Amino acid sequence: MKKISGTTRTNLLTYGAVTAAFVILQLLAGGGHISSSLRGQLVPICAYVVMAVSLNLTVGVLGELSLGHAGFMSIGAFSGVVACLGLENLIPAAPLRLAVAMVIGAVCAGVAGLLIGIPVLRLKGDYLAIVTLAFGEIIKNIINCLYVGLDDRGLHVSFLTNSGDLHLAPGGRVVIDGPMGISGVAPISTFTAGFVLILVTLFVVLNLIHSRAGRAIMALRDNRIAAESIGIPVTKYKLMAFAVSSALAGAAGTLYAMNFSTVIAGKFSFNTSILILVFVVLGGLGNMWGSIVAATVLTILPEALRQFDDYRMLTYAIVLILVMLATNNPAFKGLLLRLRNKLLPSGAKKRKGGRADGIS
Amino acid sequence: MKKMMSILLALALSLGLLAGCGGGNGTPPQSGGDSSGGEEAAPKAAAFKLGGTGPLTGGAAVYGTAAKNGAQIAVDEINALGGIQFELRYEDDEHDAEKAVNAYNKLKDWGMQLSLGSVTSTPAVATSVKNFEDRIFALTPSASAIAVVEGKDNVFQMCFTDPNQGSASAQYIFDKGLGTKIGIIYKNDDVYSKGIYNTFVSKAGELGLDIVSTTTFTEDSKTDFSVQLTDAKNKGADLIFLPIYNEPASLIFQQARTMGYSPLYFGVDGMDGILTLENFDTSLAEGVMLLTPFNADATDERTTSFVQKYKELYSETPNQFAADGYDCVYAYKEALEAAGCTPDMSAADLCQKLMGAFTTLSFDGLTGDGMTWGATGEVTKSPKGMVIKDGVYAGMD
Repeated sequence: MKKISGTTRTNLLTYGAVTAAFVILQLLAGGGHISSSLRGQLVPICAYVVMAVSLNLTVGVLGELSLGHAGFMSIGAFSGVVACLGLENLIPAAPLRLAVAMVIGAVCAGVAGLLIGIPVLRLKGDYLAIVTLAFGEIIKNIINCLYVGLDDRGLHVSFLTNSGDLHLAPGGRVVIDGPMGISGVAPISTFTAGFVLILVTLFVVLNLIHSRAGRAIMALRDNRIAAESIGIPVTKYKLMAFAVSSALAGAAGTLYAMNFSTVIAGKFSFNTSILILVFVVLGGLGNMWGSIVAATVLTILPEALRQFDDYRMLTYAIVLILVMLATNNPAFKGLLLRLRNKLLPSGAKKRKGGRADGIS
Repeated sequence: MKKMMSILLALALSLGLLAGCGGGNGTPPQSGGDSSGGEEAAPKAAAFKLGGTGPLTGGAAVYGTAAKNGAQIAVDEINALGGIQFELRYEDDEHDAEKAVNAYNKLKDWGMQLSLGSVTSTPAVATSVKNFEDRIFALTPSASAIAVVEGKDNVFQMCFTDPNQGSASAQYIFDKGLGTKIGIIYKNDDVYSKGIYNTFVSKAGELGLDIVSTTTFTEDSKTDFSVQLTDAKNKGADLIFLPIYNEPASLIFQQARTMGYSPLYFGVDGMDGILTLENFDTSLAEGVMLLTPFNADATDERTTSFVQKYKELYSETPNQFAADGYDCVYAYKEALEAAGCTPDMSAADLCQKLMGAFTTLSFDGLTGDGMTWGATGEVTKSPKGMVIKDGVYAGMD
């Protein structure tokens, strides 16, 4: 009983902290105290936080390295935008339409995750990483050849080489134009929507981790043979974690795409997948808090470094290396632990650091 | 919790480090370099703040840098004249919509009054929405997609619109009877190339031109064209339309010669500057025809002085992007003068005045004479037909 209440308390603390951050930012924004540079980044930050938390479910909790997470984001982005445009007349209220689009994006990405997961999750370790990488690229290339148009008769989909072949009725519009992606959509994502999505993501992920299924998933991560020997179905739990992770990525994709009036498949390349993985690794595998902080900081950082002009990305890389070194330095870690014990003597329960402790 | 603390502390430390560096950096070097303007430093109180985003790093950096450099030359020239003063600032958008919006917001924080939009189309679509929301007037040098200006009354284009180019090329080929069987090689992940291709094909359909071979390439496959050329050759294409930039085009010429295939080539504005491409055998381009608004080898006084200045400062030949950037600043100057604007006006007021001024303006620049703008923001100018003869550009009638 005590353990469960402890978990609940940590979860509530997580929600509370995210809410507090949201409220503070909203108040600051309302008072005009934050720059438009930061304000413009709020929604992408929310999307990246959700991406990082959901990838953490695959990498940290399930223990499988996925290098194709951006692929699911792009499925969510493109299906979400198409849904948004298709529902324009049906649901005039933008927030509701966005919510429905996010659900559709999540479902599409989740189904894709499930389908891809069936062959992919038979593999282990490095092999799995490479195959997820390949699937991420396949998704990108398929969307590059995808043409979708919308008119009063409904959706027209084609894999032909020209958007002129969609046979749209007069007044119809091309929504996805192959490699040129989507352009000219009115952005409807808001910081509030992003915040709600983060809460939902945390709720889903934290509850999954602390459920029976979550314990089974972590058991698989820690020792697959032992877990199998006590009768845990490997495929089922792996697929569960993978599909949930990709569905959340899909919702994040919709949020991201609806914040800009244009989105191209090329954006969701290998580089974006790696970027998300960097958030997760930097924040600590299995550590949701860490993912949130790392995603936020590493999204803001390149913008904060604009004063370095051409050396900006070089500086960014150096900072990244320094941070990675610092957070893995035993002496530094020990210092922090002592500091923490001094500051919070009551809460200084000795924990067995590393990935096994889930939420710290 | 422990992890988080450690991350926070590490970040605090590294940010501290950065802040130290930043302090040492003091004044970030003004773009334009050493010799661009001796009088650059003194920030004049009465200068219009002109901002733009473009890819200054990454794969598309060549376009962003060119537009920025061209604009900088114009700003230096105009500032040296006295009269209207500009302060130019370009931010890097890495040819990415998200980064472009970030860069735009950064410029907004800086106090941008007039915007040069974005250099490339995809980012420009994202920033032009912001321009529209914030009522900051934008004149993009080279973002040619229609979605950039569509539905936004305060976003204007300096570049030749893609549809215009494609149909003009088809019309030209038809009128002159240049080819009977046409092959097309275009880059299908490029808005520019694809936009021209689409309108070329629809115009060719209207005119009854026979397109026998259509092949594509992408950013990842822009070095080997043997498949595309073989297809065109086998289908007997006697004219190849190339709505692409000069680098892949130079490879196409080379590889076609290697396989003993010599059709006529017809290019668009992306082709200009091919004669000055590094390590390019100019004999390969003999007889290549192109429709382009700007030609770095033109002999009129303004172009030669611009090209010379550009070569001096940046040691390369300016391309069409540089010329577009240059023209943008001069168009702003004329419009601001015509509308009687002063630098102390707010961005929204300027926007209101400029929307009126641009639609009544007739502007002569490097990329065309007598340019006019419609209320939609699209520019109207006529392309110049050029043919490469004996290693130099010559006008086609």
